[in-house]
Amino acid sequence: MTVETVLLVASALLSIGLYGALSQQVVVMVMMGLELMIAGVLLALGGLWWFLSPDPSGQVLLLVVLAAMTVEMATGFAIATLLHRRTGTDMTDMAAELHE
Amino acid sequence: MTDSSLVVDLAFWGCAVVAVVFGALVFVVDSMARATYALAVSFVATGGALLLMQQSYLGVIVVLMMVMEMAVMAVYMVMFMGMNPALMPMSMVHSHRTALGASLVTFVVLGSGAVLVPWPERRGAPSPDVTEALGRAIMESHMLVMMAVGPVMVATIVVGVALSTARTRYDRLGDDLDQTPTDPPLRGETQRGGRRRDR
Amino acid sequence: MTDPLADQLARLPAAALGAVLALGLVLVLAWTASVSRGVAAGRAVPASMAHAPAEAARLLRQGRRTTLSADRLLWRVGGWGLFPVAVLLIALVPVGETALLPGSLGVVWANALDVVVWALVWLLGWGANSVAGLVGGYRFLALALGYELPLMFALVAPAIAASSLDLAVVADAQSSLWYAVWMPVAFVAYLVGVLGFAVSGPLAAPVGSEVSDGALAELSGPDLLVVRAGRHALMGAGAAIAVPLFLGGGSGPWLPDAVWVVLKALLLTGALAWAAGRLPTLRTHQLMEPLWTILLPLVVLQDLVVAVLVVSGS
Repeated sequence: MTVETVLLVASALLSIGLYGALSQQVVVMVMMGLELMIAGVLLALGGLWWFLSPDPSGQVLLLVVLAAMTVEMATGFAIATLLHRRTGTDMTDMAAELHE
Repeated sequence: MTDSSLVVDLAFWGCAVVAVVFGALVFVVDSMARATYALAVSFVATGGALLLMQQSYLGVIVVLMMVMEMAVMAVYMVMFMGMNPALMPMSMVHSHRTALGASLVTFVVLGSGAVLVPWPERRGAPSPDVTEALGRAIMESHMLVMMAVGPVMVATIVVGVALSTARTRYDRLGDDLDQTPTDPPLRGETQRGGRRRDR
Repeated sequence: MTDPLADQLARLPAAALGAVLALGLVLVLAWTASVSRGVAAGRAVPASMAHAPAEAARLLRQGRRTTLSADRLLWRVGGWGLFPVAVLLIALVPVGETALLPGSLGVVWANALDVVVWALVWLLGWGANSVAGLVGGYRFLALALGYELPLMFALVAPAIAASSLDLAVVADAQSSLWYAVWMPVAFVAYLVGVLGFAVSGPLAAPVGSEVSDGALAELSGPDLLVVRAGRHALMGAGAAIAVPLFLGGGSGPWLPDAVWVVLKALLLTGALAWAAGRLPTLRTHQLMEPLWTILLPLVVLQDLVVAVLVVSGS
């Protein structure tokens, strides 16, 4: 376990998440992709903190990332519910069509 | 590094493989429930990797939060998708090639960066009790961060409820807004039934 | 400095012994819960004691029922996962000198483990591909949202009072007065949470008989046995965690610490299971509102009181 390997794993998580966020049609699946990306960020920050500069302020940043994750999820679920209730759809494509 | 004993290394690689493989399975498996719980497993492994880097508190919190979140997420999946567990074939992707290309490029760029950048030596040492140090940081020197996160969380709760609820303050019979709301809420003015409160 | 790998290997036999003891303790606690449930249901004590072994023998011989296109993997994970969660919870409890899994974050780990039950019960209901099971799974998640927040805030109170998240330190901090005495609201909220994740008593709606046993529907044979055992074990494990949190850990006259911990855990398990057997099962919506609008604010108030007392007292 070195800083390189941790960052490598983190970038793998981030890329898989990116693939999901770009390719999925269902809103909830897109959110899962985003979550995976944030997991990658979390791991990368954790690795950088531990291997480069382990002082407490870095941990605060990780806590903020976690908080951002919950905000993303809560708002995402709320929007998905609203979308579903208004239009009966759960697809990003159809949401885009509504915009036009 | 003093901590790179064989056990820690093995454990890290175990966590890493599980996190990446289950992360990929999310977009491979044929069932909503399996996809959601694959993501949960991936998160638990990520939390495990954080634990190995002595960030015990954050590691546990990741495990706790994500298992909870995925349990709720599975409900949303089923609610919106209306699937049975019969492993329905599910391929709901658009611009598959572009997405794959973008993610591969991202991985190559970030991965080569991770390996090629000459990372500096570690500065300073972690405090003996990382959790306590974190607690002191957010309650003393970095209290402003927590004070900002608090209102953001409250705002999120309000936004979440406001966006997703179907009820309004007009879900009651008559003009008097002090009347108790109907339960279940009225849907339009046509369904004027009697008050149903079965509790 | 010794080689860390050799050091770890040298600790293996002790750890294996501890694991066996923890497993034994979980089984005893689960059996206690089952006996107490039997007594609460009006059975005689000997009949209640024989009930669990007899049921085990019956279910072990029973064949497996299958349902059409069940998600067998997730179904089995949900069922067979409950008991190991209980064992892990017990491993966190400091018995005598130390816990099997000691750590400075015992309280948070206990919380993380009881959240795993969310996933397991829902998977149990989902996997069977039956309506009753899915209804049970949904009911459980709704209730879980209700009981988990009071439970989380209840765990905060002892941690504040002891200024530590380590279960052993929390236990040692109550040498003069048990936390159950001066933070009763947190204790009650915790016990409600235990009933919640053991899916029993007033919070047993997810396995209610009016939806043909809800999440347990379609289970049979050994699969049903492990789920039933798992529910009793979770109740026992929840009670055992309450011992260092609220009941003074191993403190007590004459007997050694470890005996007191086990004794208190057994008594609390018995009392909790008896109460669960006597109380009626409430419907989900009858619980959601009181849990959120009454219990949760009360527990937060309890945390505030504890925090103020700790700050002003020190």
